[in-house]
Order: sequence, then structure tokens, then C-alpha cells
Amino acid sequence: MLNRSDILSTIDMIDNQHLDIRTTTMGISLLDCADTDIQKCAEKVYDKITIKAENLVKVGCEIEKEFGIPIVNKRISVTPISLVAAACRTNDYTPIAKALDRAARTCGVNFIGGFSALVQKGFTESDKKLIDSIPQALAETEFLCSSVNVASTKAGINMDAVKRMGETVKKTAEMTKDSGGMGCAKLVIFANAVEDNPFMAGAFHGVGEPECAIHVGVSGPGVVYHALQSCKGAPFDVVAETIKKTAFKITRMGQLVAQEASKRLGVPFGIVDLSLAPTPAVGDSVARILEEMGLEVCGTHGTTAALAMLNDAVKKGGVMASNHVGGLSGAFIPVSEDEGMIAAAKSGALCLDKLEAMTCVCSVGLDMIAVPGDTPAETIAAIIADEAAIGVINTKTTAVRIIPAPGKSVGDEIEFGGLLGSAPVMPVHRFSSKAFIDRGGRIPAPMNSLKN
Amino acid sequence: MRAIVSVVGKDRKGIIAEVCSLLAENGVNVLDISQTVMQEFFTMIMLIDTEDCPLPFADLCDRLTLHGEELGLKIRTQREDIFNAMHQI
Repeated sequence: MLNRSDILSTIDMIDNQHLDIRTTTMGISLLDCADTDIQKCAEKVYDKITIKAENLVKVGCEIEKEFGIPIVNKRISVTPISLVAAACRTNDYTPIAKALDRAARTCGVNFIGGFSALVQKGFTESDKKLIDSIPQALAETEFLCSSVNVASTKAGINMDAVKRMGETVKKTAEMTKDSGGMGCAKLVIFANAVEDNPFMAGAFHGVGEPECAIHVGVSGPGVVYHALQSCKGAPFDVVAETIKKTAFKITRMGQLVAQEASKRLGVPFGIVDLSLAPTPAVGDSVARILEEMGLEVCGTHGTTAALAMLNDAVKKGGVMASNHVGGLSGAFIPVSEDEGMIAAAKSGALCLDKLEAMTCVCSVGLDMIAVPGDTPAETIAAIIADEAAIGVINTKTTAVRIIPAPGKSVGDEIEFGGLLGSAPVMPVHRFSSKAFIDRGGRIPAPMNSLKN
Repeated sequence: MRAIVSVVGKDRKGIIAEVCSLLAENGVNVLDISQTVMQEFFTMIMLIDTEDCPLPFADLCDRLTLHGEELGLKIRTQREDIFNAMHQI
């Protein structure tokens, strides 16, 4: 029989340390839904999603019950809509956004991702239409998430797209100002976006993916935090080893759930995303793990090193536990979704510049950060450019999910509720980046040797 | 299917008998039991086989939990696979 203390430790992780499967995401290809008539295209999109994902939530709930492990979110990602809608004779893609939203509601999922475009090297006409449709699409839907990839290590940084996304973020905030700029919480700007990401708001189903696939994103900051309490004062060798072992256990559970879901749904298993995804709940914070390592407050000197070690150890532990690892894999540092990050930002210990440094060593980027509502579009674009540069040069995925909180200034707070949490408005540099952003064009792809 | 039943509650006489009767009524065979009392708290872990149980597994889980509440016990039933996955390579 299994070891008694192992059984009790699993039960304790679930009951008291917030161990859960953060998301089971079904990726669905919509490439066969193209039509010159946008209404017909929207119908095909709705029909395909609701047929493919009909049992997604039901199966998720069954697995939850039988294994006794919470699966917090069930979600859907689809082919980037700029590809699906390219044939449509229209300038506005909102009807497809609404069809996606309806499909999400019918299937009972809490987010659907893929209102996306990949423009790292340039725009197609369809990409432009999609980007122009984003503010309205996000304002008129509830479950839809949007993402745009503006840079890659192979292509460089599309600075025209960066500029456009700065403006799009501002417009989205304006159009969703009644909900505190909620639309921006569902809009991600990527560099080196991955095709199999199960996490929102940046999930989409890449063109290299199969017809349909199941991806699982695990979580467990609370479990890691708890494990580290048993090695207070120990050297980092011990800390790294403890994190690896914990990550292994968490990921094995994710792998089991992914295989089971894949079998029951008759859909191939895609990947497990090895992530430490925090929630606003006390005891489920990545910041508190860093503080447990010995930092007085997350954001102080030493934070980047602590996070680098945490991120690396999570990957090392997780990679052996799953036969296919992918997605964003790493520790997430969304400010509004992490109780410890919120506290650190409020106390002034954590600023935007430190967060930027932290994104060099972890997944994914400047995430769920509220800035003053009057921040110029060019400043937001410049923040996106900085983050894209980190991703492009370091051959990693980076992203920006930033909310210029309408009518708010530094010291205020915006409340999104649920998993999205609440965000203190953080200061940005007051000096202009306008002339830099106005140049446009493309920053060339970096060379990949002579690394210094 | 093999599953792990964990039972936690305030210690008193007859808990093992009650839980075993409950399992037997539902056609469940007990393969192994480990039980202890920690600070007046009764903790029992059982390995069960649900091969002959007429109920779907999810319904069995619900029924055991419900009856557990009537007996003042927290009964949780989980497939064995999750523990094997997490603790065995």
C-alpha cells in the first residue's frame, strides 16, 4: 500500500495549500471555418466550437470528483482569428468575437482565447482589421481574450505593431472604462508567443497544432511556499532541491489529469504547462515564496536572483514529470493576481522597473499591471518595446498585459474581482518616448552568437 | 478500480465497524487499512476495490461523503492513481 504520510500530504496540499489544476484548455483549429460572408464564418465558428468542446466542462468536473483535485478553469483556445477571418469581405471582426463569446457561454467555459494576430514581421490586411476590432470586441464580449504577437527572435520587433498596440491598449481601456478598463486585462501583447499555451489571456491554437488538443496548466505556489518553510536558513542547494521535488509532484498530477481528460474526450494530449500560477488568495502567492527565501519584501535587491532560481528549479522538477512540456512553463508574476505582489507594490518595494528586470528570468512578462489612466499611448508602446526586446534577445516568451486605469492615478486601486484580483496603480516614468515610438519600422532580428 | 478512502473525525468507539459496513453495503472490498489516533483525532486510510460496486464511481464518492457526515466523519474517496502519480516514479 502507499505510504500513509504521502497520502496525507497530498490531501493536505489540496485542502490547505491551494493545490489545484489551474486550467484544462482545449485547443481547436478553426482553419476550416473561413468564408467570404462574415455571418456564415461566425456561424461555422460557433458550431465547430460547441461540437468539439461539448463535453469539456462535464469531463473536467468528473475528473475533479474522481481524483479529488480541483480543476479551477476550463477554457478554449482557437486558431488566431486574423487567419480564420482573412477571407471575409468586411472591415470589422466583431461578429466573430461575439460568436466566440456565445460559444464560450454555451460550453460553460470561463474564457476563450484566440482573437489574435501574429504580426512580428508585418501586417496582412486581415491582421490590421483584427487589431482595429480589438477594443470593440473586448468591450462587447464577456469571455473573449485577445493577443497579438509583435516580435520574435527570428523576425525582430515590429515597431509599427508596437505603436499600434500602445494605442489599442489605450482605446480598449477607454471603451471598457465602466469596468475599470477590464478589457485590457484580456489583452496580451507578446514576443515569441507560443502556440500551445493553455493560460489566458494569451492562449491561442497555433497553426502547427493538430485539429484539436488538450493542454493542462498546473499551479501550486502555496505548495512550494509550504515546502520551503521546512528548510528555513538552509543553503540554496537545499532550497532548489526542495522546489524541484515539489514541482515534480505537482506536475505529475497535471500529467495524470491531462491524460485522463484526453482519453475521455477522445482528443490528443498536447502539453502540460509547468507553471507556478498564483491567485489573489492568501497562501497562493509567488511573491511570498521569494520572501520565504529571505527577502524582507518582494521587489527588494535579490528578488531577481531568487526568482531565477525558483523558475529554473520548477522547470527542472517538472520536466521529468511530464512526457510533453510546453506552453509558458515557469513562474508567473502577475501583480493583481498575487496577494504578495499586491502588498509589495502597495508598500513601494516593487516598481515597474524591478518587475521588468524580473521578467528576464521568468515566465512571462509585465502582467496585470495597472498604470495611471493618463499614461500616453507612446509610453505604453515603449513599455511593450522594452519587454519585447527582453524576449527577443533572450530567446524567451515575454508579454505585456497592462491596464491604464481610466480616471485613476498613482495610489488608487482597481478591482477586477475573482482570479484577476485587484491592482494598485503603479507609477511610470514621466519622460516621453514619443519620438522613439513614432519612428516605426522594424528592429532587426538579433544575432545569436557572440553572446555577452 | 482501486481507490483510497480517507476518514477523519473525533475518535470514538465503532468508527472502523461503521465505515466498513458502509463500504460492504455498497459492494466495496477493503484491501488494506491503516489507522491511528492523533490528539483525539481518528485518522484512517483504506485501500479499496470498487470492482463489484454497482454505483458509478462519482456517485459512490458522494454517497460515502454524505453518510460520513451523518456519522460525524469526513470521508473522502479518491482514485488511487493520483497518489501513485505524485509519490511514485
